[in-house]
Amino acid sequence: MKKLVAVLLVGLMLLLLFINMFDGSLEFNKMDLADVDGNYYAKNPIVSNMVTSVVVDYRSFDTLGEVTVLFVSSLGVAFMLGGLTTRIKFKHDDSFFLRIGVKVLFPIIVIVGVFMFVHGHLTPGGGFPGGALIGGAMLFKYISDSKYRAKISAFKVLEGTMGSIYVLLGIVGILVGNYFLQNILDIGELGNLISGGLIPIIYVLIGLKVGSELTGIFDHFMNEEV
Amino acid sequence: MHIVGIVLMLIGVYGLITNRHIIKMIVSINVLEIGLNIFIIAVGYGENTIAPILTKSNINATNFADPLPQALVLTAIVIGVGTTAILLAVARKLYQQYGTYDLTEMEGK
Repeated sequence: MKKLVAVLLVGLMLLLLFINMFDGSLEFNKMDLADVDGNYYAKNPIVSNMVTSVVVDYRSFDTLGEVTVLFVSSLGVAFMLGGLTTRIKFKHDDSFFLRIGVKVLFPIIVIVGVFMFVHGHLTPGGGFPGGALIGGAMLFKYISDSKYRAKISAFKVLEGTMGSIYVLLGIVGILVGNYFLQNILDIGELGNLISGGLIPIIYVLIGLKVGSELTGIFDHFMNEEV
Repeated sequence: MHIVGIVLMLIGVYGLITNRHIIKMIVSINVLEIGLNIFIIAVGYGENTIAPILTKSNINATNFADPLPQALVLTAIVIGVGTTAILLAVARKLYQQYGTYDLTEMEGK
């Protein structure tokens, strides 16, 4: 009975959305290509990857807020699971193949992650996926070895330092230039590795910060009560 | 593509309405979120547009997809990871206290 009601309710929502979408009142189906803002960013390029120039230059303040949200969520996880100290015990023994495979794969994944956030302004990717790759590599270490513990205090220091440098760069923007997080450095030639002023620096900071935050979250989930 | 996003969102809403298991509800929230992200990306995409990355071959092109929705979705994905982590931590706390993930059984205790 409950499932029937749910199906009817969801079907009604679907019907309403479709009616609104295709009778022209919301006009999702008629997109004016000349109105697309992408051309503005293409005519005023800061770096090759326009998504990066939106995320780290035009809307850098939003990104600072976003990084803060991730920091607060890792703080919340630490607050809720921080009392647990013993490493969790898996129901199965450590797999030999997984352990050796992780030993081979770990440096490769970390290098791909670092490549991704260093080249975030030229190719698809950037600080967040690169940081997530580093966090995933640490998760591999945790699931392959039942006694493994990362040096979580070092990751906490790294995370705090990176966040503080991001805020300090914003304040330097006020002091040297005109507004918070202004891109004060020389933008350079489009498409070079060292170009875009502050953008690669900030993306490296974000990548390291996201990687250490995700590692902290994984570490807290890998603990259990005695 | 709009339709794929909307259908995924509605699958997520259906899962949230019908399930009483906390982990399944978290998965439903994630499905809803992925649908929303696909929908926002689809809004920024027009016919015959290309990826908004300048290279030597497309430096003079004018048919780039709108990068703004993609940047917003990047933000949304990261915040989704944060909320999922918090939700899973709450779920583990509840399991420690009640010994079950099911909301109906929790009400009985």
